[in-house]
Amino acid sequence: MTAPIARLEGVGLRYGRTVALDDVALDIPAGVMAGLIGPDGVGKSSLLALVSGARAVQAGRVTVLGGSMADARHRDAVGPRIAYMPQGLGKNLYPTLSVFENIDFFGRLFSQDRAEREQRIADLVAATGLAPFVDRPAGKLSGGMKQKLSLCCALIHDPELLILDEPTTGVDPLSRRQFWELIGRIRAERPGMSVLVATAYMEEAARFDWLAAMDGGRVLATGAPTELLAQTGTETLEAAFIALLPEAKRAGHEAVHRPPFASPDGEAPAIEARGLTMRFGDFTAVDHVSFRIRRGEIFGFLGSNGCGKTTTMKMLTGLLPASEGEAFLFGAPVDATNLDTRRRVGYMSQAFSLYTELTVRQNLVLHAKLFGLPASAIPDRVQAMADRFGLSAIMDTLPDALPLGQRQRLSLAVAMIHGPEMLILDEPTSGVDPIARDEFWRILIELSRRDRVTIFISTHFMNEAERCDRISLMHAGRVLISDTPAAIVAQSGAATLEEAFIHHLEEAAGPVTAPAPAPVATVAPGHASRRGFDLRRLLSYSRREALELRRDPVRATLALLGSMILMIIMGYGISLDVENLTFAVLDRDQTTTSQDYALNIAGSRYFLERPPITDHADLDRRMEAGEISLAIEIPPGFGRDVARGRAVEVGAWIDGAMPSRAQTIRGYVQAMHQQWVTQRAERNANASAVTPFSIEIRYRYNPDVRSLVAMVPAVIPILLMLIPAMLTALSVVREKELGSIVNFYVTPVTRLEFLMGKQLPYLLLGMLNYLLLVGLALTLFGVPLKGSFWALTAATALYLCASTALGLLASTFLRSQVAATFGTAVMTILPAVQFSGVINPVSSLEGIGALIGHIYPTAHYVTIARGTFSKSLGFADLQPSFLPLLIAGPLLIAVSAMLLRKQER
Amino acid sequence: MRLSHIATLGVKELRSLLRDPILLVLIIYSFTFAIYAAATAMPETLSRASIAIVDEDRSPVAQRIIDAFQPPYFLPPAMITQSEMDERMDDGRDTFAVDIPPHFQRDLLAGRQPAIQLNVDATRMSQAFTGSGYIQSIISEEIVAFLQRYRAVDVPAIGLALRARFNPVLEEAWFGAVMEVINQITMLSIVLAGAALIREREHGTIEHLLVMPVTPFEIMTAKVWAMALVVLVATAVAMTVVVQGALGVPIQGSVPLFLAGAAVHVFATTAMGIFLGTVARSMPQFALLLILVLLPLEMLSGGTTPRESMPTLVQVVMEAAPTTHFVLLAQGILYRGAGFDVVWPHFAALAAIGAALFGFALARFRATIGQMA
Repeated sequence: MTAPIARLEGVGLRYGRTVALDDVALDIPAGVMAGLIGPDGVGKSSLLALVSGARAVQAGRVTVLGGSMADARHRDAVGPRIAYMPQGLGKNLYPTLSVFENIDFFGRLFSQDRAEREQRIADLVAATGLAPFVDRPAGKLSGGMKQKLSLCCALIHDPELLILDEPTTGVDPLSRRQFWELIGRIRAERPGMSVLVATAYMEEAARFDWLAAMDGGRVLATGAPTELLAQTGTETLEAAFIALLPEAKRAGHEAVHRPPFASPDGEAPAIEARGLTMRFGDFTAVDHVSFRIRRGEIFGFLGSNGCGKTTTMKMLTGLLPASEGEAFLFGAPVDATNLDTRRRVGYMSQAFSLYTELTVRQNLVLHAKLFGLPASAIPDRVQAMADRFGLSAIMDTLPDALPLGQRQRLSLAVAMIHGPEMLILDEPTSGVDPIARDEFWRILIELSRRDRVTIFISTHFMNEAERCDRISLMHAGRVLISDTPAAIVAQSGAATLEEAFIHHLEEAAGPVTAPAPAPVATVAPGHASRRGFDLRRLLSYSRREALELRRDPVRATLALLGSMILMIIMGYGISLDVENLTFAVLDRDQTTTSQDYALNIAGSRYFLERPPITDHADLDRRMEAGEISLAIEIPPGFGRDVARGRAVEVGAWIDGAMPSRAQTIRGYVQAMHQQWVTQRAERNANASAVTPFSIEIRYRYNPDVRSLVAMVPAVIPILLMLIPAMLTALSVVREKELGSIVNFYVTPVTRLEFLMGKQLPYLLLGMLNYLLLVGLALTLFGVPLKGSFWALTAATALYLCASTALGLLASTFLRSQVAATFGTAVMTILPAVQFSGVINPVSSLEGIGALIGHIYPTAHYVTIARGTFSKSLGFADLQPSFLPLLIAGPLLIAVSAMLLRKQER
Repeated sequence: MRLSHIATLGVKELRSLLRDPILLVLIIYSFTFAIYAAATAMPETLSRASIAIVDEDRSPVAQRIIDAFQPPYFLPPAMITQSEMDERMDDGRDTFAVDIPPHFQRDLLAGRQPAIQLNVDATRMSQAFTGSGYIQSIISEEIVAFLQRYRAVDVPAIGLALRARFNPVLEEAWFGAVMEVINQITMLSIVLAGAALIREREHGTIEHLLVMPVTPFEIMTAKVWAMALVVLVATAVAMTVVVQGALGVPIQGSVPLFLAGAAVHVFATTAMGIFLGTVARSMPQFALLLILVLLPLEMLSGGTTPRESMPTLVQVVMEAAPTTHFVLLAQGILYRGAGFDVVWPHFAALAAIGAALFGFALARFRATIGQMA
């Protein structure tokens, strides 16, 4: 045997307190088909992620292709020789991109030129039978096709080591068989290639060259399948696996035994469906499905992901209203509004969907309460469920900390808490280890036979289907056949249920169009992909991001239209000219002079007069209610005193609740008072009152002192900060959440290329946004752009660099989309609106605000925007403000690149 | 409808929130540091305004004027030449530039009515108006005082006694602190309610609720009360510890009455959050929608700029926004010490808006709930 392709020595891995891998030592042979077997959560995926370099090594030594994967230089060097297909259907694909675009994206990441890419893609789609679908979006492919596409993406760069993490989970048997045939052909073409596969299907694993059985983060045994069987003295791999498990786990395990089903004749069916149909737009998910299930029967639904099993179940529970056809539960039509039916049904959905924030006990109690169990009965019922489903020891644990098998038992306990007569279970055992699965089935059989609970269950495990009383084979929304498992096998003349299923699938698909056995051509290996900075890889990310943005019109439109709406709202709304202020007079004089004084104020455009004030109590009340913001009190004898030139004082009360408004009112009142006094003096021809000097005020840049002229150029910077930053942050965090970030981990793309590639489309979108906003300013608002348009445009480009980079920075430490939305809002709104001179000049800020105001890009861009819009300035005049903008973008990107991790931790 | 369901589901919401460290940190940040920073950074209306003086006279009266510009209203004046003036104003370095012409003092004493030129950068609206008023009165006072030493000047016999009520020295921090509390209440109640719904949808737990004998009304009401409670408790803490404590803002009126108003307001905004949660298909969309809704709600409510200055149409439209009434209510209670007898119309308006929003959101929730699962 040659040197192992990968060697693990003392490898350990923890997620917080959970141990995923525990001191694993393993040599994986080169040039063969090697498999990791075991249920979910035993460390298979973690091990594969370590070997592929997607996850950082925590403890021990991982040697792949002759070097340590802890060494970044080695990882960069061997990265292009490894291909990694993560778990989950199409997890690393981009659902809105077409088949061709998906593969093309990967080709570009490996720096292949156009001719090479096109030839490789043509070969790959021909070999995988995807050729007729190259233009179909990946999200609309069936599970099997998605996995083939993932494989194409993995094979685009001729890897030496192909790592597949559960590539066939959730795929129908026919597609599964085709997938393995494809892998077989590819291996025949490239004999040197090593393949490392993780799988939960033991039947599949029996065909591999070498296996490692894993459990609880440890390797139980290694060797060829035949060796494992010989070692344990068992006949099937599943039995061998169970035999290999530690004694403690095997304790109490026994084969599942199903007593025959007997139902009294003439009883009304528990579930009946007649021509049930569900359409989503022009896509028919479920097509005229009919069946009858008797009380106490275990009825199985067998089919691949996306064939309509879940949709049918949802229609039965009333979660989805059927487009056509009828469903009856206990003889009554399914009615989503009928809460009583719900009490008789227990439902367990496909994914674990209990509250992970609540403990096991809290989950049980919550559901008991919601199903209306009497409060006194709840503790007993919860205890009974805990005992029956073996949860007593873990009652105060959070579900996240439990192994899958226990979580599924909890789900079942929750579904049974109210003692329903019927259980609808949607793939309850996927990913659960064989022992836990058998245990689960024993409970189901007991429920069915002893308590006569009707069980409607969907699965894609053949050996589970065999345990049902009757099964329906479902494909593409239709039931192919419905009968007892034995009858189905006998009828199609096949040896096993799986073969019978494939037989029916092939019949349904019409003449089999086996993918043309086109040789997977070996294109002359392309130049080794360059390390360091590569523009092509950067643009590959940009191109993809732009395509996604274009396919998601809601996001792009919201970004463009939304900013325009906001600009209109803010431009018109934030007006700083204060007018139409309400005031009232308390006139204790009631002479022509006092009325003249009041008239002087009422006549201005700034004030609106309200009915006169009667007394001080009235004044207090109306000011408290905010009805008037200014009260004028004219003392008794005012007219007489004025006429005689005696000292007299007018009182003015201003509502100080809003200080800025109060300041403005104070200014207005002072000016008007002065004006009235002067006018009176002039009318009396009192020469000495003529002022000895004058002050000429020139309101520059905005002679009419219009708010719009001041605000519109300041609103543009706020919007161009907020929206681009948020979109950019979300674009990165979204990849983290959906899992496609793994492509960044395992391909040669560098951090800088990734970040700038993601940034570029949003930069361009921002520029488009900018042009729209300027257009709006010029037309709708009538604010002229007096200075240099090109200076403003250049500054905008730099500014958008900074705002999108700020989004990138936020995305490096934020993990969820919710957090990204919030984080960027906090990082942008307050500094941009309050500290950047939009309302108050930066020079008048103090403390933290002043510090932020001096370094925040918006402050400098506001200066440029106002300079070009109102002050007729150009490049030369605005140099001091350009410099900080020039620095901000690159600096932020550099910091982001430093903080971004190229591996998952 | 069963109250026990609403209570049970609401407690579940609270437990979920307790285990979400990011949201908890956000709540704490928003109701402490964010308020403190916003309040203290908000300068006095005229504070540290930058002013430059071109002194072409270099006389005692000119020096008197120059010395009169002092912090905190003004930064120490920059002495510049006339040629520098344009450039400095273009760069935005100075908001005001005063030009004292040659022979100003001589002309003044000779009674030739010389003119001082005051240049104002009118793109800085907030300072332009009040600042020029201050500058005019400072210059006038100084010149009058100067002239009085030489000859009798007629001091106007008719005085004006100006007093600002409720906030005698017109301190901006008082205003800023409370308005920031209001903004945070609005933002968090929308976000928490919307996120609570989207979290259920993402984790698939909404599907579970739907197969149980609970109605959409119960689900929604539970979210509303739970999230409203969180926001109200945070508000109470912020008002006592941050606003009254750390910032030392004297509150005229009754804080419990304000909290009662906040409760009605939050009823409306959480309903709005649920509505947005049903409209948005994904988190990015929710984020964008949030901005589109939140900014106008906050900026046009009268909490940032006076409502009087907005176009009539905006004022009319904003009558339908809960924030408008909440700002009026809060200003009335907290600054003017108004009681329920005075502010009840705003309570009524908030309740009506809340009921309408709740009904609207519930209808939308019922209609879309099937597609969520």
